[in-house]
Amino acid sequence: MRNFTGAPIPREEDARLLRGRGSYVDDLHLEGMLHAAIFRSSTAHGRIKHVETSEAGCLPGVLGVFTARDLSGHLKPIRIRVAGLPRFEEFLQTPLAIDKVRYVGEPVAIVVAETPYIAEDAASLISLEVDELSPILTWDQAVEGKQFIHEATGTNITGNFIGRGNADEVFNSAYYTRRERFSVQRHTAMPMETRGLVADWNAAAETMTVYGATKIPFFNRLSLSQMLELPESSVIMRVGDAGGGFGVRGEFYPEDFLVPFLARKLNRPIKWVEDRREHFMATNHARETYCDLEIACDRDGIIQGLRARVVVDLGAYARGTGSTAPARCGQFLPGPYRIPNYTCSVNAYFSNKTPSGTYRGPGRFEANFFRERIIDMAAVDLKIDRAELRRRNFVTPNEMPFNMGKLTTYEPAAEFDSGDYPSLFETALVRINWNWLQTVQGREVDGWYHGVGLSCFVESGAGGATEQARIRLTEDGSIDLFVGATSSGQGHETVFSQVCADVLGLPLYKIRVKCASTDEIAAGVGSFHSRSAVMSGNAVRQTAQTFLESLRAAAIDYFGRPNVELSWNGGVFSQEGTDAKVTLAVLAAHMAAKREVIDITDTFVNVKQKPFSYGTNAAHVAVDPRTGRVKLLDFVAIEDIGTILNPLIAHGQSEGAIVQGLGGVFLERLVYDEDGQLTTASFADYLLPTAIDFPNIRAEFVNLAPAPGNPLGAKGAGEGGLVAVAGAIGNAISAALASLNVQVRELPVSPPRLWELINQAQENAD
Amino acid sequence: MSFHIIKTTVNGISADREVESRLTLADFLRHDLRLTGTHIGCEHGVCGACTVIVEGKAVRSCLIFAVQVDGKHVNTVEGLADGEELSPLQQSFRKHHALQCGFCTSGILNSAHAFLQENPEITPDRVRELISGNICRCTGYVRIVNAIMDAAPNYRKIT
Amino acid sequence: MTRVAVDWVSSAMKPASFDYFRPDTLEEAAALLATYGDDAKLLAGGQTLVPMMNFRLATPRVLIDINEIKGLDFIQQQNGSLCLGALVRWHEIESSSVVAQSNPMLGEAVRSVAHYQIRNRGTWAGSCAHADPAAEFPAVALISKARFTLFSTRGRRVVSVDEFFLGPLTTALTPDEILVDVEMPLFNSNTIWAFEEFALRNGDFAIAGVAVVIEPNDQEDFIRFVSFGVSDKACRLRTAESVIATSGLTHEAIDEAAASIKNDIDARSDIHASADYRLALTKALLERTLHRASVGHKQ
Repeated sequence: MRNFTGAPIPREEDARLLRGRGSYVDDLHLEGMLHAAIFRSSTAHGRIKHVETSEAGCLPGVLGVFTARDLSGHLKPIRIRVAGLPRFEEFLQTPLAIDKVRYVGEPVAIVVAETPYIAEDAASLISLEVDELSPILTWDQAVEGKQFIHEATGTNITGNFIGRGNADEVFNSAYYTRRERFSVQRHTAMPMETRGLVADWNAAAETMTVYGATKIPFFNRLSLSQMLELPESSVIMRVGDAGGGFGVRGEFYPEDFLVPFLARKLNRPIKWVEDRREHFMATNHARETYCDLEIACDRDGIIQGLRARVVVDLGAYARGTGSTAPARCGQFLPGPYRIPNYTCSVNAYFSNKTPSGTYRGPGRFEANFFRERIIDMAAVDLKIDRAELRRRNFVTPNEMPFNMGKLTTYEPAAEFDSGDYPSLFETALVRINWNWLQTVQGREVDGWYHGVGLSCFVESGAGGATEQARIRLTEDGSIDLFVGATSSGQGHETVFSQVCADVLGLPLYKIRVKCASTDEIAAGVGSFHSRSAVMSGNAVRQTAQTFLESLRAAAIDYFGRPNVELSWNGGVFSQEGTDAKVTLAVLAAHMAAKREVIDITDTFVNVKQKPFSYGTNAAHVAVDPRTGRVKLLDFVAIEDIGTILNPLIAHGQSEGAIVQGLGGVFLERLVYDEDGQLTTASFADYLLPTAIDFPNIRAEFVNLAPAPGNPLGAKGAGEGGLVAVAGAIGNAISAALASLNVQVRELPVSPPRLWELINQAQENAD
Repeated sequence: MSFHIIKTTVNGISADREVESRLTLADFLRHDLRLTGTHIGCEHGVCGACTVIVEGKAVRSCLIFAVQVDGKHVNTVEGLADGEELSPLQQSFRKHHALQCGFCTSGILNSAHAFLQENPEITPDRVRELISGNICRCTGYVRIVNAIMDAAPNYRKIT
Repeated sequence: MTRVAVDWVSSAMKPASFDYFRPDTLEEAAALLATYGDDAKLLAGGQTLVPMMNFRLATPRVLIDINEIKGLDFIQQQNGSLCLGALVRWHEIESSSVVAQSNPMLGEAVRSVAHYQIRNRGTWAGSCAHADPAAEFPAVALISKARFTLFSTRGRRVVSVDEFFLGPLTTALTPDEILVDVEMPLFNSNTIWAFEEFALRNGDFAIAGVAVVIEPNDQEDFIRFVSFGVSDKACRLRTAESVIATSGLTHEAIDEAAASIKNDIDARSDIHASADYRLALTKALLERTLHRASVGHKQ
């Protein structure tokens, strides 16, 4: 019975969020709560000589000021969670800088005080003496070997090779090759809520409760318990509301150790909330990547090979997310195309900048931009229509499942599970009016040059092997559903109630969903890598089935006749052929009287192939070459995410992702000067899209190919809307300005930068 | 003179408090009055998450000190709903899926509510301009604009 | 919006302590300023000052809140001029029919200032006292030949717009002075004007902006072009003005005028845009505004 799955049900959580009754971490007040402030390095690279904290410590209202020396013996490095590379353990961060500072914003000391205002007053009295070292800010500087950020390692770089087929052979004999360098700028997720946590130590029970957990609460519980030297079961990570995550919230950061540690030491609850200025330098950065990319084609435009060298700036330390971004960039470079021969040198370097982690579609946003740009260039060179060249290279439905090869070092070979890339592509062409727009492609109309661009992608989902759900019957006959997924706005409380309601045949209002804290479910995992629809969705479905069986067994027990035929309808078991019925409320009371409870936890194990969503973006732009202004006249994103659980939520995710992508393409930049100072550290300089900037966006879903690898047939959603944006826009602008010989190779394409590009091209032509 | 006694009215209820002069209105509402629906996103007046209504005008509460609302009327998101029933604007947001994480939402609701009370005749372009001072990172704005347009007729006075 | 200095790091964003006064009269405010001098700052709209205080870029020991002083919120025509009191907010200028009649460029320019919520609180006087090179009001003041009244315990003085804006974030205000009003001669009904700015997003500070006024009468200085956002304060494009004064608004003259702007602008670069780009924008904006003027358009 599927009434709710796939329906555009308005969200359950909206009622409290609209009233201002969300529970974000800064909303929390605990009795006796103190406030922490972090003193951070304002030098990018140097040896710590002295941290002077005495004046700060004397300020009335300050309970303590702590440096690495005060926490000596307790500062363990923050571990890698995923995608570690050899030797990455040598580049880990300790929660406070011990002997060196390695980026502006690195925590050096922590103040605990009665109010956040006093904590900041105290922090402003701390001073740090540093023997400055020259900062490493580029690959070239990293490779030079004059300076090592992590001296014991003797290096600043890391790399590996991945590939399939035999690219070198193909390049030697190809009809056509082209080589380009592309780059994406440093930018990041910038959720509207900054990070924060409240830590509460219960000395009697010796338990540590941390509020504000999200993304991977169980892994963080493990990390924290190890760092605090407590049993895992003594640490409770509480999940509440979070104001956007996009990958950067919820990884384990220095403050996630420091605040709980001090809460225990001082035996008082402590709250720490990051302010926006800190956020710029303390929360993971992303995306800074360049790529030397070569394409080889035959005369019909069949892409025979790609050769790539990817270089990613990881910042000063290896974060919990390890080498995910560079690895995924390498993995997703070939995209939805057959490209039988591919080799990629995947490189990363450490630099004296804020550490880099994962931000929505990590590595994919970059890879799709690089590849889709060179495909357009090849199409123009070969005089083949840009759409047609793509058609000739898509992996086709009858090649599914398609082995894409082992394109990361830490995962086995992957397969595209299902998909009809060509059909979806045709839909996108129709939506953007591709054929008709060829009449203005590259033409000037009223001073504006018009261009249409395309970009295609595949996107993996459902990362991680397992997820749990827990369902319990409450005394009034309603259902508590606990899911391992964590929400930062994706509507989990609604979506999973839909799946559960369909299996149980209950109305939605009978099901209360909670994204589980670590004491509410045995072994949840979390939300990342577009996994929740597949992993939590299937966990819910499976657990609900088991739960229904338990209900049935309880009903049989209630009726006292083991062979009785029971029918189940709308929350009531009825005995066939009689009037006997039992409601869930009565059943719950019956169980309670026997001191029993129906409380089922089940684990969904995703043993089969991982799902790959896929899609096409198309953009129509108009460019004013005098100012570099680009008007986005139309933007279409079509995606196949398999079974759609709630189309309202799916569209919202896609639209939000598109605009984030457009921000990365046009507006957002994290810029360091030559001293390693972050010069864009407020919203006056880091420009986010507003409601006026990109009104003409359209997101659409098709369901051409449900995922065969999981019962729900879902493919994972949330990141697909963003990953191909840059390719579509870069291609559209380049097509618009083809007559001016402008090629977009670097992001962002802000008006000043595009103007420079246009000017350069004109100068080169002269 | 850095502590002051203020008498202010918030959502129709008086609040008399002693406050430090540097306490921002946003912090006063959130921590002194425990009205945590107003959110702090940047504290430099750009993101708009902290927007509340002071004397009928939508303003950034991170840029006003609590002492400045002595004798004034303040309205926050908590005052929009009528008891248990969501206001037409709030209902429209829910219907149109105009919020995801909810963090920017109260600021947008207040901006829209204050504006529509004075200007109920509104176009999509005008709505976009109106909320251009409220940054949302989740929704891409399309549905927020739809929600406000859909709610606008409720603000037209019946003559 | 506040642009933040590069090399300063803090742990949180709460302002430093200060003493707060809320005088009822201008005289009281001036007396407080005289007493505290450099330790004090005036608080009007707060849309520029408070972000700086939150960043601790400004840490006044004393804040003098002038928002409750009566009689500073007037918008009126007087002696052939538009007069605005210091507490007039942006949104009042935007919606004022007196402004629309007296100086229609001002109403238009204000629509580019920040955003709706900022315009509810921010004041033109605060913007002038701050003197950001990319701000709109100083440019309109310059082209409108504004005169500012400054008040202190030492009395009142009137200062021309040229004397008032000295450089980036620098004005003729002494530490004990309050900017209390501005007077701008009325536009004639046949004044031709145009105002255009280029910003990366709606409401951002202008990367470059141009205002043009042509008053078809025989007075001196009846052709005025102002560039803002490009150098360290708004400035007149005198070479371009004299080209047009000599040759009229012909296509060739407009091209020549636009090409001449380098003579009068000392363009600056920053993280958002280079000097060259700003000049190119200014050139394009001047051409556009002059072409509009050439067909006698008033916006």
